[in-house]
Amino acid sequence: MSAPLLQLQNIVVEHARRSVLDVPCLDILPNEVLAVVGPNGAGKSTLLRIIGLLEQPSRGKVLFAGRPISGSPLSFRRRMAFVFQEPLLLDTSIEGNVRTGLSLRGVPANDRQRRVEEWTTRFGIAGLGRRSARTLSGGEAQRTSLARAMVLEPEILLLDEPFSSLDAPTREALIDDLDAVLTSKRVATVFVTHDRAEALRLGDRIAVLMGGKVRQLGTAAEVFSSPVDSEVAAFVGVETIVPGRIREVSSGLASIIVGENTIEATTELPPGSDVLVCLRPEDVTVSGLADATLMSARNRLRVAVTRVRPAGPYVRMELDAGFNLVAHITKQSLEELAISPGANAIASFKATAVHLIPHRPG
Amino acid sequence: MDLIWDGVTEALRLIFSGNGYVYEVTFTSLLVSGSATLIALVLGLGIASFLAFRAPPGRTLALSAFNAGMALPPVAVGLLVSIMLWRTGPLGQLHLLYSRTAIVIAQAVIATPVVAALSTAALQGLNPNLRLQVLALGASRWQAALLLFREARLSLLAAGMAGFGAAISEVGATIMVGGNIKGSTRTLTSAIVLEVQQGDFETAIALSFILLAVILGIITVFTMLQQRRPPA
Repeated sequence: MSAPLLQLQNIVVEHARRSVLDVPCLDILPNEVLAVVGPNGAGKSTLLRIIGLLEQPSRGKVLFAGRPISGSPLSFRRRMAFVFQEPLLLDTSIEGNVRTGLSLRGVPANDRQRRVEEWTTRFGIAGLGRRSARTLSGGEAQRTSLARAMVLEPEILLLDEPFSSLDAPTREALIDDLDAVLTSKRVATVFVTHDRAEALRLGDRIAVLMGGKVRQLGTAAEVFSSPVDSEVAAFVGVETIVPGRIREVSSGLASIIVGENTIEATTELPPGSDVLVCLRPEDVTVSGLADATLMSARNRLRVAVTRVRPAGPYVRMELDAGFNLVAHITKQSLEELAISPGANAIASFKATAVHLIPHRPG
Repeated sequence: MDLIWDGVTEALRLIFSGNGYVYEVTFTSLLVSGSATLIALVLGLGIASFLAFRAPPGRTLALSAFNAGMALPPVAVGLLVSIMLWRTGPLGQLHLLYSRTAIVIAQAVIATPVVAALSTAALQGLNPNLRLQVLALGASRWQAALLLFREARLSLLAAGMAGFGAAISEVGATIMVGGNIKGSTRTLTSAIVLEVQQGDFETAIALSFILLAVILGIITVFTMLQQRRPPA
């Protein structure tokens, strides 16, 4: 693994004597996109301001390329770029906005113009260059803000929920463009968002920040498939979280008692362990009673459908299996199943789809 | 109405006949009020930046003081500055009483709270993240302040105009600390008071029209600056 570009060591931030951030250690690696996800008020923006040297921590150290930052942070700040949730454009033209950081950093005039043209073109705003920033749409303004950051050729790019105020089509188009830029430039990026889908799409590693603490840090697969606790699980989209106890384990396959049901899951935990059984809704398949024999999944539960409602491209189905079970199925599947609330069905899922979290009942 | 009409006619005659007295008091007014406004802008913008961007403890108290300062009675300021500059006062050794500098000091004391209070409100009205964005673009503290002043220029120029208005229209403190000495500390406002006291209403009205014309001209320049589109 390469040496970290930026390191946070024992960072504590207190506002009005209340701890809002407590991060013992966090490394930003070269060429990686670190997505920081968490609910509102988790401390994500504070974390980003600390990394961007825009706020002093109450305690702890920030190291840039191994060097602790002391005194004026200006020279270090000039090696980074920051994009906020709002575009925060200055009252000048688009080109003027994109050029501002270059002027402040003392980039020679001829180089400035070349870079402004390159990045306004890459973000699709070259034709708008002389327009006043006050006349832009939300999407155009955020494109300008991203171009203004990338034109600085930063060593670290910091993005604070840059897509959250955009409508869905604009957001999708801009994420595509940013994804292409990050893939080609491989600039180390810290991307803060509360949107799991955005984090999955752009992040190489994902940090889950809750209550000012990094609760889990790992690859997208690790965080989304193996959350460390029930709160992280709920935040990353696990909708079924129920307590159970491992009855026996044979060749890594455990039988877990959950209410009246027995569920099979892969685990290294010993028999007798109390656990939380976690299941993502997209891992649960629903079928009619007659189709049950055709399924290969190890877990098949007879359920009653309690609620069916649209959820974006899916249909969210709430099932009563003696415990609440949630499944996401396609609209086409729902039509084929012809199931409505009150009907019985079979819910199935693989043993490998079940994630177990050690749990102390209390 | 005849009196006012005669005043206007006399004003035009005084201006176009090249009357030395009128040009002299106008020059003195512009010099002392321009200097006082400049001082008020430097101090006021410094105070406003400190209060708006640093948010020091006691900011509300300080802001209350500057807001109250906008209603500072000029005669009280005149009295205070007179006491300070009086021969036996703390700054008596500077021998500034009854000088143009004394008027500049008094007018600056009157205009500074106006500029400071209105400028603080203007800078506090900016998006708080805009300062962070400017710093993140690589601005030093000075560069950040200048960029933010440009963003708040409409309100800051209004604060400057209010400060200049408070300075040039001031009369009580000007007479107290300047002494209304012909050829030295007589300004348009103090000259008007003198002409009224002497019963020469025609000249007083003429000087008033000149004063209004000067204020209108300068405020128009400020307003043109204010309404100009920012450079790309």
